[in-house]
Amino acid sequence: MFALVDCNNFYASCERAFQPQYNNVPIAVLSNNDGCFISRSDEAKKLGLPMAAPAFKYRRFCEDNGIKVFSSNYPLYGDMSKRVMNILSTFTPDVEVYSIDEAFLKFEGFDDYDFDVYGREIQHKVQKSTGIPISIGMAPTKALGKVANKIAKKFRSRTNGVFVINTNEERVKALKWTKIETVWGVGHGNLKRLKSKNVKTAYDFTQLSDDWVKKQMAIIGLRLKKDLEGIPTLELDDDTRDRKAIATTRSFEYTYSDIENIKERISTFAGSCAEKLRSQNSSCNHIVVFLRSNKHKKDEPQHRNSAIITLPYATDSSLTISSYAIEAVRSIYKQGIKYKKAGVVVSGLVPTNERQLDLFLSEDPKHHEIMKVMDSVNDKYGHKVKIANQDLERTWKMRQEHLSPKYTTNINDIIRVK
Amino acid sequence: MSSRKVGETNVLTFFTPDKGKNINIPISNNTVSAGFPSPAEDFKEKRISLDTSLIHNKEATFFARVSGRSMIGAGLDDGDLLVIDRSLEAENGKIAVCFFDGEFTVKRLQIEKDSITLMPENKKYKPIKVPKGSDLLIWGIVTYVIKAV
Repeated sequence: MFALVDCNNFYASCERAFQPQYNNVPIAVLSNNDGCFISRSDEAKKLGLPMAAPAFKYRRFCEDNGIKVFSSNYPLYGDMSKRVMNILSTFTPDVEVYSIDEAFLKFEGFDDYDFDVYGREIQHKVQKSTGIPISIGMAPTKALGKVANKIAKKFRSRTNGVFVINTNEERVKALKWTKIETVWGVGHGNLKRLKSKNVKTAYDFTQLSDDWVKKQMAIIGLRLKKDLEGIPTLELDDDTRDRKAIATTRSFEYTYSDIENIKERISTFAGSCAEKLRSQNSSCNHIVVFLRSNKHKKDEPQHRNSAIITLPYATDSSLTISSYAIEAVRSIYKQGIKYKKAGVVVSGLVPTNERQLDLFLSEDPKHHEIMKVMDSVNDKYGHKVKIANQDLERTWKMRQEHLSPKYTTNINDIIRVK
Repeated sequence: MSSRKVGETNVLTFFTPDKGKNINIPISNNTVSAGFPSPAEDFKEKRISLDTSLIHNKEATFFARVSGRSMIGAGLDDGDLLVIDRSLEAENGKIAVCFFDGEFTVKRLQIEKDSITLMPENKKYKPIKVPKGSDLLIWGIVTYVIKAV
């Protein structure tokens, strides 16, 4: 048996856990730099606030409708996510953390369990211990678990957030209800081909021949089909703890046209990526750098470009990654453009202790020691040690006009009780 | 470590080391070059940690700061730090952090058939009787009070 557990409106629910006065009030959470809405309470959804709506366009809308707006508070969400995931792992040893607010669970050897009861127990434990409401879909396979979860959420008044697909009848009924475009893993390209075969629901998809699916959608498509048929084919991915790529991207508070400013930002983003690499003991082989003007300002000259650099050797050094990233940004920068967003993505990750050495080109071994000292000092004293390209005065300078306190990660921010 | 022949030419013979299996041999942190090893080495124990002593359920534990003097009778002074376990059930007589009337409050619970009374422990404050069905959220149960002396 598999389960997909999903936190309801996760960021909004984290805010409510510490400010219960907003429990029945519409609330919404903005992305980094207060760019657009990324989490909405059910009440805010009902009022018609769209997902990913740009903040500046909907400021009046929120005021008029009494929607309480929050800046994103990732230290809080990260800690609350960890709490939820750790509680889930007390119910089964097999947990795949799929994203900050989703996890797959696998129940092997739980033969005599009543999963409806067990699911409600999990839900109650998480809700009571953290204040975060969750929905659970349970089924014999991962893909069906995802379908069950959608039903649990869609019909919350009847399911109370827990839905189990147990029998074949339940499976068929659920698949007939599920539109093909909402099926997990069916991409845009596949959708066209499926529509041409008159596939409208997940059930229609399972009625296709294995040969056709394999030919048109490759082995991944066939695995998905088997999974939807109730034959467990997709396994828990236990390798997700280490990410495949690491990105640091931000919208700027203001627009930048001067290359020196942009170089400073890119160097900072590169340093942040390198730090994340070191914290998971990975090194990267590729660096992607991108620049983008403000697409909402239609009257201004638009420019977006990116560069990919393949490194001569895998590295986790802030110095190396930053100097290559700066080379890259120099090659894509265009004068006279007002840039609004930039980012650095590192990919081609390999475990640092398994990286291949190049006979002629390799990292100065001093970097390793320098990085170790840099990390330990930064860990202790906050981000004080920087590389020379980074501005000494600034940190992110993120726009966070509606930020709530870090209730669980800063002792000065804990709740006050009378 | 032994070696294994991997190839041969007229003039040269190549060998590659046979690494064999990795065998992990536990080593002691104490070097025993001369003199006696520490007699305490075999009796190492972890140093006392307040985290493990005061936090029984890590994922459900949160902290709060007391503001005001309504509970001084129970030893909760202004500025004290509270350890709160959200996973515990609300029971009669327990000290709880509640959310009532738009704010967090810490009081002793007096649970009756159709009401809950939030009992202060300071004569200057009045009990707050909350009828069943009212908007009272029992947020968590206080398990420890930490105070500066």
